[in-house]
Amino acid sequence: MELSGAEIVSRCLAEEGVEFLFGYPGGAVLEIYDSIFKQDRFKHVLVRHEQAAVHAADAYSRSSNKVGVALVTSGPGATNALTGIATAYMDSIPLVVISGQVPSAAIGLDAFQEVDMIGCSRPIVKHNFLVKDVRELAATFKKAFHIAATGRPGPVVIDIPKDVTMARTEYSYPESVSIRSYNPPIKGHPGQIKKAAQLLADAKRPYIYVGGGAVQGGAAAQVTELVKMLNVPCTNTLMGLGALDGTDPNFVGMLGMHGTYEANLAMQYCDVLIAVGARFDDRVISVPGQFLSNPKKIVHIDIDPSSIAKRVKVDVPIVGDVKAVLTDLIAVLKEQNLKPNPDALANWWKQIDEWRKPNSLLYTPSTEVIKPQHVIETLWKVTNGEAIVTSDVGQHQMWAAQYYKFRRPKQWINSGGLGTMGFGLPAAMGAQLANPNAQVACVTGEGSIQMNIQELSTCKQYHTPVKVLSLNNRYLGMVRQWQEFFYGTRYSESYMDALPDFVKIAEAYGHVGFKVENPADVEPVLKEAFGPALKERLVFIDFRTDQTENVFPMIQNGRGLNQMDLPEHMRGMQQTPFENNRDYGNLC
Amino acid sequence: MRHILSVLIENEAGALSRVTGLFSARGYNIDSLTVQTTEDPTLSRMTIVTHGSDDVIEQITKQLNKLIEVVKVIDLNEADHIERELMLIKVRAAGKDREELKRTADIFRGRIIDVTEKTYTIELTGTGEKLDAFIKALDATAILETVRTGASGIGRGERILKI
Ligand SMILES: Cc1cc2nc3c(=O)[nH]c(=O)nc-3n(C[C@H](O)[C@H](O)[C@H](O)COP(=O)(O)OP(=O)(O)OC[C@H]3O[C@@H](n4cnc5c(N)ncnc54)[C@H](O)[C@@H]3O)c2cc1C
Ligand SMILES: Cc1ncc(C[n+]2csc(CCOP(=O)(O)OP(=O)(O)O)c2C)c(N)n1
Ligand SMILES: [Mg+2]
Repeated sequence: MELSGAEIVSRCLAEEGVEFLFGYPGGAVLEIYDSIFKQDRFKHVLVRHEQAAVHAADAYSRSSNKVGVALVTSGPGATNALTGIATAYMDSIPLVVISGQVPSAAIGLDAFQEVDMIGCSRPIVKHNFLVKDVRELAATFKKAFHIAATGRPGPVVIDIPKDVTMARTEYSYPESVSIRSYNPPIKGHPGQIKKAAQLLADAKRPYIYVGGGAVQGGAAAQVTELVKMLNVPCTNTLMGLGALDGTDPNFVGMLGMHGTYEANLAMQYCDVLIAVGARFDDRVISVPGQFLSNPKKIVHIDIDPSSIAKRVKVDVPIVGDVKAVLTDLIAVLKEQNLKPNPDALANWWKQIDEWRKPNSLLYTPSTEVIKPQHVIETLWKVTNGEAIVTSDVGQHQMWAAQYYKFRRPKQWINSGGLGTMGFGLPAAMGAQLANPNAQVACVTGEGSIQMNIQELSTCKQYHTPVKVLSLNNRYLGMVRQWQEFFYGTRYSESYMDALPDFVKIAEAYGHVGFKVENPADVEPVLKEAFGPALKERLVFIDFRTDQTENVFPMIQNGRGLNQMDLPEHMRGMQQTPFENNRDYGNLC
Repeated sequence: MRHILSVLIENEAGALSRVTGLFSARGYNIDSLTVQTTEDPTLSRMTIVTHGSDDVIEQITKQLNKLIEVVKVIDLNEADHIERELMLIKVRAAGKDREELKRTADIFRGRIIDVTEKTYTIELTGTGEKLDAFIKALDATAILETVRTGASGIGRGERILKI
């Protein structure tokens, strides 16, 4: 069957089972838009800014098991998409982003709306393709979806010159794909897995450190089985939250810059560490030297060899898919009936419980002013811990991560690696489209929300009844916190002056808006927002929160996991193992 | 330490810029880079000379392998290998220096490939050190122009890089 390039684009998307295409039209993609008009296999979502198209596609993927897809025009459409692409790249999210390009003959001539999208996107994609010949179009789509979703996932850009969308060719969608230079590993090396099992069995202070790879790799069940079977403590990174139920007694909280006291100290003083799809990020272990100053044996499971031994040398590298490797590891442990020494483990738990006791997430409640932590705790209560929560970037993001106890993977959607303000609202929209029956909350700040607030319009058009919780502290709070700690409270350009009336904004876009200033109103308003009367409506809640609240614990740049700044009730507390267990550093 | 990496890569437009982009984005060094298609026209072979600690070289190798178009990477330093570089050098060759230049070129097994009344153009292959030594052996003021390819490398004996 002979089709135009544009028709082939639509066909390929349909073949890949694409449900939603997030995009924005323009000259270079008009042919493609015409082909979209003539089909009904997938829906197009018209965003209000290309950055939002990519974030929405990204969150669609993060909250489902599918590849997200976005379509933008050449030039400014393509450059607007770059922040979204970089966001997905840093968090290893599978996307296919289609960009229009000027006609082949005009490439290189500084044509109208010409930008070298292949060059611009190269450092922030897993791969990209410039399609020069319509006969290669279908095979390119097949490859792009395959590359995006397999191995370490990531965004793939397909740049299509306009003449290619107009040219015609015989169409058939390839059934399979094989790329000789691309063969991502799946199974881990059995010998290495045995070594890991033995290390676990010999451990006195074992610790499981789980990251975004376990969420992406669908390995939450295996993580849970391993943790419960051995009864070992487990922490999640910001990207790994939900891989183990946040209310599970074996869960010691998130670790890292704003991790809990117990999660960070366990990371520092464990003797055997199993890293599962986590990449020893600088916001997690801070300085490698300090982290390794208490010796430990490290097993690192990751599908990407370049994640292993990048910042920290490990003893047992295992290259493979988390799910496959954990399944094999669990099998070996069971077969050989290996488990850590019960007395040592009990001692370790005793230590961890002591670290837990002071509760590093304790904050001072108030009846005068709304505490941001209280809003998140109430959100958890009102949604029974079942909502999909997206967030923007800043203090509110950390409070959402700390206080919403995620039950499942793919329930928490945020920009961790790039830290992109403006992510939250388009992400909520994408997550709601992927999960039409779920409750979706977007936790944001008055700064971040203004970076993509125009998407309230898209939410109206596509009936995505997300609930926006803006923790409005009238500050770029995370910046203000750093200025308070490190710049002598010189709040340079971090005060958000001239804020709009957010209730009116919400209403102007056709939504429901509430302003909440009294702590007593937090719960009733959230109940109303998530209640049956407003089930079909987007509700924007402007919470006037405590302006100067800070996120604790905090690890300052250059400090170690046992050098946290602790909340007031724990100031000065020692960050070493307690007396009865003082033999730590030298074991191993 | 200096390492010489051999890379088999799909012979596709843009593949080279992925490699060079990777080096600049991650702050790795490229001392030299050569590339040409192989006997199989779908593949190109690159020789990259770089330097760095063992950890850095390990990351470079992993990052190169991660590029979708890269088929294989080997570090030639891991075993015996041969490397060669080609230099074309144009020298002033007038009067009494003319004979001396010819002799020096002969000693280094260089070939004179272009001649005018006042100049010689000499072709020389060898390791980088040999080419350096040749340049040193000449009177600096006599050198008009040099152009060097950078090293190409291959494993010794049975060691073969192929798919
Ligand atoms: C304001 C702010 C504060 C932050 N503070 C913290 C903090 O306190 N704590 C914290 O943890 N983070 C924090 N972050 C996030 C941090 O920047 C990193 O994004 C995050 O720590 C990385 O998480 P990760 O190690 O799980 O890796 P990810 O980025 O999720 O990477 C996943 C890893 O798993 C691998 N992988 C993927 N799929 C598979 C598979 N199928 N099988 C095997 N491996 C796979 C990948 O190769 C990769 O190495 C903060 C970010 C911001 C913006
Ligand atoms: C696009 C972008 N610009 C700048 C930053 C730097 N930054 C990180 S947090 C933050 C403040 C965010 O303010 P707000 O959304 O009000 O959240 P709060 O910290 O007050 O909760 C800024 C400016 C960023 N992460 N992203
Ligand atoms: Mg704020």
